[in-house]
Amino acid sequence: MARPEEHTTRSRDRVGTPWAGEGAGPRAPRPAAYPGRVRARLTGRSAVEHGLRALCLAAALAPLLMLLVVTATLLVSALPAIRFSGLDFFTGRVFSFGNLYGGTPTVHHGVAAPHNASYGAAPLIVGTLLTSVIALVVAVPIAVGGALVLVERIPRRLQGGLSIFLELLAGIPSVVFGLWALLVLGPLLAQHVYPTLARLGVLVPFLRGPVGNGQGLLTASLMLAVMIVPIVAATTRDLLRTVPVLHKEAALALGMTRFEAVRVVTLPFVRNGIAAAAILGWARALGETMAVLMVSGNALNIFPYNLYAPTTTIAATIAAMLDSALTDATGMGVSALAEAGLALLTITLLTNWIGRQIARRTAGVPLPVGRGF
Amino acid sequence: MIVGPAVWIVVGLLRSALPLISFRLLAQDTAHLGLQNAIVGTLVLGLGVLVIAGPVGVGAGIYLSEFAGRRLASVARFFPEILAGVPSIVVGYAAYVLLVVRFHWGYSLLAAILALSALVTPYVVKSTEVALRQLPTSLRDGARALGLPTVTTLRRVLLPPALPGIVNGMVVALAISTGETAPLLYTAGFSDANPTPSLLHHPVGYLTYVVYTDIQLPSARMHQLANAAADVTLLVLLALILVGRLLGYHSARRAARMSL
Repeated sequence: MARPEEHTTRSRDRVGTPWAGEGAGPRAPRPAAYPGRVRARLTGRSAVEHGLRALCLAAALAPLLMLLVVTATLLVSALPAIRFSGLDFFTGRVFSFGNLYGGTPTVHHGVAAPHNASYGAAPLIVGTLLTSVIALVVAVPIAVGGALVLVERIPRRLQGGLSIFLELLAGIPSVVFGLWALLVLGPLLAQHVYPTLARLGVLVPFLRGPVGNGQGLLTASLMLAVMIVPIVAATTRDLLRTVPVLHKEAALALGMTRFEAVRVVTLPFVRNGIAAAAILGWARALGETMAVLMVSGNALNIFPYNLYAPTTTIAATIAAMLDSALTDATGMGVSALAEAGLALLTITLLTNWIGRQIARRTAGVPLPVGRGF
Repeated sequence: MIVGPAVWIVVGLLRSALPLISFRLLAQDTAHLGLQNAIVGTLVLGLGVLVIAGPVGVGAGIYLSEFAGRRLASVARFFPEILAGVPSIVVGYAAYVLLVVRFHWGYSLLAAILALSALVTPYVVKSTEVALRQLPTSLRDGARALGLPTVTTLRRVLLPPALPGIVNGMVVALAISTGETAPLLYTAGFSDANPTPSLLHHPVGYLTYVVYTDIQLPSARMHQLANAAADVTLLVLLALILVGRLLGYHSARRAARMSL
C-alpha cells in the first residue's frame, strides 16, 4: 500500500499538452533521470498505482488494437479478391457476383470465382466521390454562414439554445435521416424543384434529362449535406469564438462594414480550421451507409447520367450486397466486398488524417471526434 | 438553414408517427406489429456497450490525461480520433468476417456489442480526458501538497468533480449505439423474439433495423411500424441529448465554482 508520509509527490508529468484552446495549465516538472530504483522511492509508486497504470495503459491501447484488428481482418479477407481482380477493381464497370447457382467457377490468377463474376468498383467509387463532394459543396457555405450568424449576430444567451439544434442534427440516427429523405425530401424535390432545375439543362448538361422519383444522386447528396453540417458548423462556431476581439474592433475602427470585417479579419483567421472541419465532414459523408442506401436508388454498374440519376456508394453496396455474397460458395463475393471496404477504409483514414494534420498545424480549436458531438 | 432541417425532421416524424405510438408497441413483438423485442434489444445492446466501452474508454481517458507524458499522449490520442472516423459499415463488416464467421459466433449479441463498442469508445475516451483536464490545477496541486498518492488523488479528488463529464461521454455513447444500424446488420442479425441471455449464436432485434427494413415492405402497416420505430428512436435520442445537456451544464457550473 502507499505510504503517503514518504516522498510521494513526484508523480510524473501528469498534465501534458492541454488540448489546444482549452486553456493551458502549468506543466509539471520533467521527471529527473534517476536510476529506476531511486526513482521508484522518490515517486513512491505503490503496487496499486502500478496496477492502475497498467490497466489504463491497456485501455489506452485498445483503440489502436481495434484499428489494427479491423484493418488486418479486412486485408486478409480481401486478399483473394485482390489477386482475382487486380487493377480491374478500380477500372472495371461491372460489379457482379456472377452465377451463384451453377456453372463452372472461373479461375483467374490462381483463385476461383463463380462463372461470370466481375468485381469492378469504378461506378461505386465514382458514386461515393460524387455524392460526398456535392454534399460538401452544399454543406460548407451553409455551415460557415450559420456559424457566423450564430456567433456574430445572435446574443450570447440565445447561442446555447440554438446550439442544441446542432447537437440534435448530429444525433439523429442515419436511418431516420434516410426515412425523412425517402418519404419527405425526395418526393418534394422531385415534384417541385427538380423539374425547374431540369429546365436549366439547356445550359448545363448534367441538369438535363429525366428527373426520376426523388431517389438518386442529388437527393442523397443534399441529405448528406444536412448530415455533415453539424460537424462543420460546430467546429466553425468554436473557432469563431477564438478570433481576437481587438482585431475585429480595429477593422471596424478603420471604417469597414461588419461584412468587410468578417471577410478581411475573421475568415482568414479561421480558414484553415474550417478546411480541417470540412475534410472531417467529407470523411463522414464518404462512410455514410444506411441513409444513402435508402435514398440513392441503388443503381449498380452505371455511372450517373445526370444529377438526378440513381447511384450507389461503396458503403451502401457493402450493406446491400453482403446478403447475396453469403451464398457464394467460393467465398469470393465476401472477399470482393472486403476489398471494397478496404478501399473505403483507406480513403476515410487518409481524409481523417489529413484533416487532423491541418488542424494540428493551425492549433486552433480541437476537432470534434467522429460525428461532431 | 441549420435549425430548419432539424425542426423539420423531428416535428415531421413526431407528427406523423405519434398517433401510432401506443401500448401495443410495447406489448407485442415485431411479428405482431409491435416493437417489444426491438426496444428490449436496443436496450440490451446499449447496456452491453456501456459495460465494454465504458471501462475501456474511461481507462484510456485517465491514462491520456494523468499518466501519459506529453509526446506519448499526443500519439495515443491520435488513435481514438482516427478510429472514430472509420465508417461504421467497415467496422460491422470486419466484425462479421472475424467474429461471426471466423470465430463461429453466428449472429449474436456479443459480436454486435463488440462492433458497437469499437465505434463509441473514442467518444468516451475524449470526454473522460477533457473532463479530467478541465479541472482546475489547484486541485492537483492541493492533492500533491498533501502528499496523496496518485490513486487516492484520482479516486477522491479528481474523479468526483469530473464525473458529470464522464457520464456525459457515456450518454453520447449510448445515443450513438441507439442510432446505429450499419454495424449491426451483419453482427446482430435480427430476431422477432426477445433477446435471450445467451451471448452467442442468437440474433438480436433492434429498433433501427425495423425502420430500415419495414419501410421497404409493401404494406402500409409495416410502413407505420417503421415510422413508429423511428419515432421511438428519436424520442430516446432527444431524452439522451437533454440528459447530456443537463450534465454539461452541471459540470460547467461545478468547474466554475471550483476555480476561484
